[in-house]
Amino acid sequence: MKKILSALIVLSLVLAAGNGFAKDWKKIRVGVEGAYPPFSFLTPDQKLDGFDIDMAKAIVAAAGGEIELVISDWDGIIPGLLAKKFDCIVASMSITEERKKAVAFTNKYYQTPAKFVVKKGAIKEFSKEAIKGKSVGVQRATIHDQYLTDNYGKDVEVKRYGTQDEVYLDIAAGRIDMFLADIIAAKEGFIEKPEGKDFQFIGPDLTDVKWFGEGAGIACRKEDKDLIKKLNDAIQKIRKDGTYKKIQDKYFDFDIYGK
Amino acid sequence: MDFSIIADNIDVYLLGLKNTLILVSLSLAIGLVFAIPLAVLRTSKNIFISGPINAYTYFFRGTPLLVQMFLIYYGMGQFESIKTSFLWIFFKEAYFCALFAFTLNTCAYTIEIIRGAIENTPHGEVEAAKAAGMSWYLRFTRIILPSSFRRALPTYGNEIIFMLHGSSLASVITIIDITGAARIINSRYYSPYEAYLTAGAFYLTITFILVWLLKKLEYRWLAHLRRE
Repeated sequence: MKKILSALIVLSLVLAAGNGFAKDWKKIRVGVEGAYPPFSFLTPDQKLDGFDIDMAKAIVAAAGGEIELVISDWDGIIPGLLAKKFDCIVASMSITEERKKAVAFTNKYYQTPAKFVVKKGAIKEFSKEAIKGKSVGVQRATIHDQYLTDNYGKDVEVKRYGTQDEVYLDIAAGRIDMFLADIIAAKEGFIEKPEGKDFQFIGPDLTDVKWFGEGAGIACRKEDKDLIKKLNDAIQKIRKDGTYKKIQDKYFDFDIYGK
Repeated sequence: MDFSIIADNIDVYLLGLKNTLILVSLSLAIGLVFAIPLAVLRTSKNIFISGPINAYTYFFRGTPLLVQMFLIYYGMGQFESIKTSFLWIFFKEAYFCALFAFTLNTCAYTIEIIRGAIENTPHGEVEAAKAAGMSWYLRFTRIILPSSFRRALPTYGNEIIFMLHGSSLASVITIIDITGAARIINSRYYSPYEAYLTAGAFYLTITFILVWLLKKLEYRWLAHLRRE
């Protein structure tokens, strides 16, 4: 009996160790958000689609792996990665110093500025004075949240939402005066939609590296250095072989990779 | 584990604590005020009186609080007629929507708690009141209601605690309550353990105080049931 038991223990130890070491990244589980059009959204028949999704598929394919997409709430997406619910995050996540404390990033796969959106005619010229006392919507735990809290936290009423879609709902309903978001997400997800026709961008393009980082990258756990290298090579590969441009042209009529 | 981030941001939690306490106590108070007369009417044999109240409690006890809150917060924003009416002044505010949903919810539960206690009033008490020549109104205010409140107290105590815990849903619609504070801290420092453990400690402390107060109250109100 004792022998069987110790044999079982040894066997389970071997299996556990094997699990830890032999990560060949044949299958890569990618955490995505699914509520951030046009980058990541669910089609009416509940399929994931968008720029991030296509990117994830192309990058994982270029890295020679098989993809499994896992949907996660935005404010649980980094904890989810750390808890090994998935192996990396492709969710328009900006590379920032704060986040680098928790996770490691690949090189960027695109970069776009952020901008405020307001009802047409509500504010003539953008300034700190002009938006004083306004309620400003933002998606919780984003670089936009951080920027707004740090720069305007005392002057405006910051309203934090779980998803960007809820921000759009509430500005259309008149619950908030303006919102801060990624320029592409706001344009394609709201301003160009029927419910966003009375709204416009205001203020400068925000790109301050301190808050907005070096662009959006793929987040991985710090210990998975081999995966980061694989993904970096894959990004370079699809940049070169035209896959990147093909996906970009499907969604945008300009260069989204940035400088 | 780094609890210094909590110490540095304790003001966010205190703001959350304030909002939680206001939301919970207001909704409980308003809910109770409406629940008492409605519970009495609910025991009516006339189906046109008890029927609508029955339907109301059935709906609010039969659907999750989160669904009710979404219906009120996002649902109301869908109708132009509401958005252009004076009602929008109220429904525009997340705070009001949460308070409204919580009040309707706790009121429904409280009606059923009090109704149960009313219907379980010992028949002898009612008969004695009748024999003494008390009118319906006098019977209710002097005998049935006081006696029901006593018996409903332990169950209502549970409802108070459920409401406190249910109020954590307010954080979903932009309100910074205790849970909302934890979500802010979590999202800023990516340390869910410290953030939510602190929120848990706050809820635990409030619950502890509530249970203690309820125990005191039960000791007084249910003095006739004490064994000494």
